[in-house]
Amino acid sequence: MTTELKIPEFSANFAESGQQGKWGMAIDMDICTGCQACVAACAMENNVPFVGEADSGYGRSMHWIRTERFWEGEFPEIKMTPYQPMLCQQCGHAPCEPVCPAFATVHSQSEALNLQVYNRCVGTRYCANNCPYQVRSFNWRDFERPEPLPNQFNPDVTVRRRGVMEKCTFCIQRIHRAEDQAKSEGREIADGEFTTACAQACPADAIVFGRIDDPESAVSKLARGSRGFHMLEELGTLPSVTYLKAG
Amino acid sequence: MTSTEKHHDHAQDHVAHLREQHLMLDPLPRGQMNDMVMESMHTTSWKFWVVFGILSVIVAVFLFGAWGYMIANGLGVAGVNRPSYWGIFLVNTVFWIGISHAGTFISAILRVFKAEFRRPFTRAAELMTTFGLVQAGFSIFMHMGRVWLSYWLMPIPNQRGLWPNFHSPLSWDLLAITTYLLSSTMYLFLPLIPDLAMARDRTPDGTWQKTFYRVLALGFRGTEGEWTHLRNAMNIFAFAIIPVMFSVHTIVSWDFAAATRPGWNSTIFGPYFVVGALHSGMGAVAMVLAVVQSRMKHMKYFIRGEHFEALGMLMLLVSMAWAYFFFNDYMVQWYGGDKWTQQLLHFHEGGPLGWMWFAMLVFNVVIPWATLWNKKWRSNPWLLFGVGLLINVGMWFERYIIIPISLTINRMPFTWRMYTPGVEVFLGIGTVAFFILLYMGASRLIPLIPVWEVQEGQMAHSLKTYGRETVVTVSELE
Repeated sequence: MTTELKIPEFSANFAESGQQGKWGMAIDMDICTGCQACVAACAMENNVPFVGEADSGYGRSMHWIRTERFWEGEFPEIKMTPYQPMLCQQCGHAPCEPVCPAFATVHSQSEALNLQVYNRCVGTRYCANNCPYQVRSFNWRDFERPEPLPNQFNPDVTVRRRGVMEKCTFCIQRIHRAEDQAKSEGREIADGEFTTACAQACPADAIVFGRIDDPESAVSKLARGSRGFHMLEELGTLPSVTYLKAG
Repeated sequence: MTSTEKHHDHAQDHVAHLREQHLMLDPLPRGQMNDMVMESMHTTSWKFWVVFGILSVIVAVFLFGAWGYMIANGLGVAGVNRPSYWGIFLVNTVFWIGISHAGTFISAILRVFKAEFRRPFTRAAELMTTFGLVQAGFSIFMHMGRVWLSYWLMPIPNQRGLWPNFHSPLSWDLLAITTYLLSSTMYLFLPLIPDLAMARDRTPDGTWQKTFYRVLALGFRGTEGEWTHLRNAMNIFAFAIIPVMFSVHTIVSWDFAAATRPGWNSTIFGPYFVVGALHSGMGAVAMVLAVVQSRMKHMKYFIRGEHFEALGMLMLLVSMAWAYFFFNDYMVQWYGGDKWTQQLLHFHEGGPLGWMWFAMLVFNVVIPWATLWNKKWRSNPWLLFGVGLLINVGMWFERYIIIPISLTINRMPFTWRMYTPGVEVFLGIGTVAFFILLYMGASRLIPLIPVWEVQEGQMAHSLKTYGRETVVTVSELE
């Protein structure tokens, strides 16, 4: 028998502090093959620049989602561990938000997401330092987009300039389009009606996106399962992304 | 020779010795002293202009040139990357704010406690505060991705009703540094007024210097009423600036301590940073005084072994305090047992830059303790210069370990990566050159020695003979 201890919680009560998200994601690490289709799809959907080999090798790669790869043991006796796609966890209590001096990193009221306001960003990079998941990308330069790459810009997404921080938005442009469509037809958005670029591109369907405030949605059901866990849960960031344990 | 005469001779020797040792007991006529200070400003050799020219070129190319290049091309030309989003820029910011601390510490705290040895070098220390803060400002603005929008960090009313985020430690930082810059500049200016008036009265008419002094001296004539007002104002500022000084570096430390990073999230960072700032600042004051004493005319009269001796004692004390806080910080972080912090502490000592960690301890603790205990050694300007230089290198290493090296290790091992400095090295050299340049320029324009304060001290001190003993007496003037 366990007793539930009620310890009063202290929190510095920022606006809507500690709110659980509205949109969420479940990533099944058991079926992720590490194919990086999500990374490519995300870059195309969100106009993420290609930084080139030199900058990428120096830790300036710009990906809103990345596939982390680990192994155990020393070469050649190594054992691969499951792939771990890493993206902005859209924390309900995000460490990046309070530290921005210019309010460029804010929590949106309607979508319950962490937004990055590119126009407002002055580039102190404090948010990226304070992000425990290290998922923020900084525009170190104005990266070149040789022809014909400019032809595939997504017109719904801003192109960022140098000196600005950016990160995953859960494809907010798709959320808005689906919401507008549903509103014009006078209905609620159906579960699975649309999805993010990474989830759409995943050939193994390892990424599932949807409403986590709806207990009947596919993502909620997956997240409630026994395999579900949150990344760095002990920090109390209330991530909207649930990982499903592999193996 | 009778025994009385012998004793008389001995007493004479003793008095001569005291006069040689202590500036306060070795008075000169006021006019002569004023002329000496004026002469020290106006005696400039060609070597000065050579150094001045070289530094100007360095400032133009390394500071403004490289900064312009970085603004035009983005921060990619610097070495910052993921995960070391803050590199040498922030190291230099903390470093320069640290340098600026000792100026106020020496001047305000010693003034409040009426420490007499402070008199000749308060101004040299206060100048360091103002010029150091200028470099800190440069360093922090350089690191911004879009520096042309930096005014968004100021609470300027605008039509969108957008204010800076007062939850952010960076906003506190900006307010604290601005407050400190303004108050320390005023605190530098107040005791300068009588000296500016002195310089005004000794500058020929029709020169631009005359206008400069006349405007800045605010018509000070030295009446009783003016002195009373000035003393009251200085008294208020000396007391008020001490908490400001302590708050500034505490708030700078909160940039790190308030974050969630392993290695940064430490509650002891406030006092640890304050003591670290004093440590590097004291070393810098010693370096400046050694150069001023040896390079400027008549300065051997004003700055003597006793001043280096007293400064050396302070440096030793601060070094011990720093060692205590370092140990405390390390101990608590290690004892906390967080696995990422454990990794980080191991990385500090055993990583590829582990030599820096050991050098930091040698420069900040071992060398000051090994040399400054000896009164004869710490009275030597060049020894103090060397120790001060090593302390500053050690303190710079400390900030380098706290910022880019600690950023290397985070909770996402996939992103661990070393930091290699790029153009920020030149920008850092540029700030050092700019600091020296400002100081050299100031030494030609404003009296580096607060003459009136020295004269006041000399008036208050006298040698009295009671029976066979000669004793020093100090009277309260204020």
